[in-house]
Amino acid sequence: MTFFNRFARAAVVAGAVLASTGAVFAQAELKIMAPAAPGGGWDQTARSMQQALVASGAAKSAQVTNVPGAGGTIGIAQFVNGAKGDPNALMVGGFVMMGAILTNKSPVGLDRVTPIARLTGEYEAIVVPANSPIKTAKDLVAALKADPAKVTWAGGSAGGVDHITAGLIAKAAGVDATKINYVPFSGGGEALAAILSGQVTAGISGYGEFEGQIKSGKLRLIGMTSPERLPDVDGPTLKEQGVDVVIANWRAIFAAPDLSADQRKALLATIEKMAKSKEWQDILKQKGWADTYLSGDAFAAYLKTENDVVADMLRSIGLVK
Amino acid sequence: MLETFAALGNGFALALQPDKLLFALVGVFLGTAVGVLPGIGPALTVALLLPVTFKLDPTGSLIMFAGIYYGGMYGGSTTAILINTPGESASMATALEGNKMAKAGRGGPALATSAIGSFVAGLIATIGLAFLAPALVEFAISFTSADYFALMVLAFVTVSATFGASRLRGLTSLFIGLALGLIGIDKLSGQQRLVFGVPDLTDGVEVTTLAVALFAVGEALFVASRHKAVVEKIEAVKGSVWMTKEDWKRSWKPWLRGTLLGFPIGALPAGGAEIPTFLSYSLEKRLCTKPEEFGNGAIEGVAGPEAANNASAAGTLVPLLTLGLPTSATAAIMLAGFQQYGLNPGPLLFAEKPDLVWGLIASLFVANAMLLVLNLPLVGLWVRLLAIPQPWLYGGIMVFATMGTIAAKPSVIELGMLLVFGLMGFMMRRFDYPIAPVVIGLILGPLAETQLRRALTISLGDPSVLVKSPISITLYVLAAIALLAPFFISALKNLGSNED
Repeated sequence: MTFFNRFARAAVVAGAVLASTGAVFAQAELKIMAPAAPGGGWDQTARSMQQALVASGAAKSAQVTNVPGAGGTIGIAQFVNGAKGDPNALMVGGFVMMGAILTNKSPVGLDRVTPIARLTGEYEAIVVPANSPIKTAKDLVAALKADPAKVTWAGGSAGGVDHITAGLIAKAAGVDATKINYVPFSGGGEALAAILSGQVTAGISGYGEFEGQIKSGKLRLIGMTSPERLPDVDGPTLKEQGVDVVIANWRAIFAAPDLSADQRKALLATIEKMAKSKEWQDILKQKGWADTYLSGDAFAAYLKTENDVVADMLRSIGLVK
Repeated sequence: MLETFAALGNGFALALQPDKLLFALVGVFLGTAVGVLPGIGPALTVALLLPVTFKLDPTGSLIMFAGIYYGGMYGGSTTAILINTPGESASMATALEGNKMAKAGRGGPALATSAIGSFVAGLIATIGLAFLAPALVEFAISFTSADYFALMVLAFVTVSATFGASRLRGLTSLFIGLALGLIGIDKLSGQQRLVFGVPDLTDGVEVTTLAVALFAVGEALFVASRHKAVVEKIEAVKGSVWMTKEDWKRSWKPWLRGTLLGFPIGALPAGGAEIPTFLSYSLEKRLCTKPEEFGNGAIEGVAGPEAANNASAAGTLVPLLTLGLPTSATAAIMLAGFQQYGLNPGPLLFAEKPDLVWGLIASLFVANAMLLVLNLPLVGLWVRLLAIPQPWLYGGIMVFATMGTIAAKPSVIELGMLLVFGLMGFMMRRFDYPIAPVVIGLILGPLAETQLRRALTISLGDPSVLVKSPISITLYVLAAIALLAPFFISALKNLGSNED
């Protein structure tokens, strides 16, 4: 009996110590929601985090659930209702969700969750088939100026980051963004086939989707949307060619609403530990994701300005009135 | 050619080690076990089991993937045949004849022709993958939106094979499906259609939910409604559980034809597994020497679509391995699995990591053989499932249908749709409307619309683009033949009888 008592007391004390220094010790079981079907960017981010969180010791375990639908707006609505005040619940989200909330007029926005950190970014690549007469971003701009309807763009879903990039390029060229002839494809695969076979003038997607084809010489990279040249990418930026478009498809991690300051701090520390770990850095390199780590209040401020930029852009391509 | 054989030999040396065989067996077993749950398709199965493979070496995990993939595909067919509940939309065509066979006590041969047909198709398609991938991928890329639209037209023409007795009722069902297909965000303009402010509807009606609701829930309600009137007698086993000589004779040609349809269409970036299974079903119905058996359990109607289904699964690996293009959700998850080992599928993969590629291809062979080894002995056991008293069996079906739907998309509205469509399936059975055309309409409608509008957007509105390429012209000619041939044949028959 006395042994049991002493043991129990020790456990209580240890528990208290653990709780107060939660930032140092591995947290309990984390639950990460990927608000999309298995296979997509958010799902891959969630599953990569699962791997890195456990391998780096930042968390004891992590479980991934998929709640697909409507650009993540179904996931976020469910997250806000179901995970309220849960200090172990996380949700992946990003640029596309921000756009979907605006175009779908979703009642639940990103202001309802607790921002933790921006983790990755994928810069957009503009490509043309190898035999295209268009050699540089300047040629593309010239073609756009001649007749925006004749320049067909292949990219992801309407209103997504690819579509917005096409709109931004038109705008930078001084062409009415509502006049662009953008052809949305579901998933990168179909779009890539259309670009390779020369059905469309140009293609837009994350660099990773085109990497193999660019290296094997089947596609020509005519511009990246990064602020300066990237170390792993052999090609110019749009900006250095006088087309002032800088945009990244960022992905981030959010926590549940109504967390206490301590709970938020503990999650910030867990994610920071993961983001700085070798395991996470290896994954970033493998997937070709840029490390755009930005956390806490700075990330919350970024969300506000980014939301205005995205809303403005969706308005100029006519998807939000 | 010789180099290919040597490389493949090396691949087999890797894949045939005892521990690798064990991984294949575990993969097939897990895949089949999860795949038999209605509503859980291969994509979710692979995603759920991905963490299991984190700890394995690359070859081991690729082999396990292959096993899970094939196992998941086959698991869906088992429930389609036995309890009229396709686990995913690609095994819907199998349910049409397979379940009729099962109800007539021929569930054993149906399962066997499905397993052996899957094996044969998988084998041929994997050989195709090994030797034809580079050529096939050129063909796949040259498929334009206009060609896809022509393929959809051909598919629409052949849908009539699933109409049953009345053409009017069949068309009604098809149009219900087409109408359901309009729900959701319009892919080309990004605008919402028929969503009524419900966010869950913005992605449209999930094909799996509709298929599971119409087939499984509808069937359960229908059986429940009639249990006092006439007890439908299901004989678990009549005759042998194995295929007879005649079954073999009637199965082998459909297997080969199904493979020929499934592999190239599966390799198309937007081909998928559903279209080849429907095409195969209607082709077999046309070619069958005993057309009166179709609708009452013709073995050709199981053999062909099953082969097409598995061949298209191998087909999706063509763009994945040669271009790095994941063309299905399952392929996207497999891609994530490859990348975990620093393996980047793409044009350079065959040159950079030959041992892994050939190891994967060899493990597809091994997984395929393992599927047969595991499932043929189980046929007798699966068939016993039908001996379960009906209230228990259908109660269980309802539980698993609900669980599967919730697992794939956890939302109350999804569950509501399952029930509403289930009731619709019940009413359609009650008033003798065919249910397959509804699901086909939901699949083909949005595809046809998107491809047509995409083709016209690219051509700046010029409709002549639709008949410009040799591929689309060929497909339209085939569609015309499929449409008109029955009239000519009956006219010829009349001519013949007049002469007598």
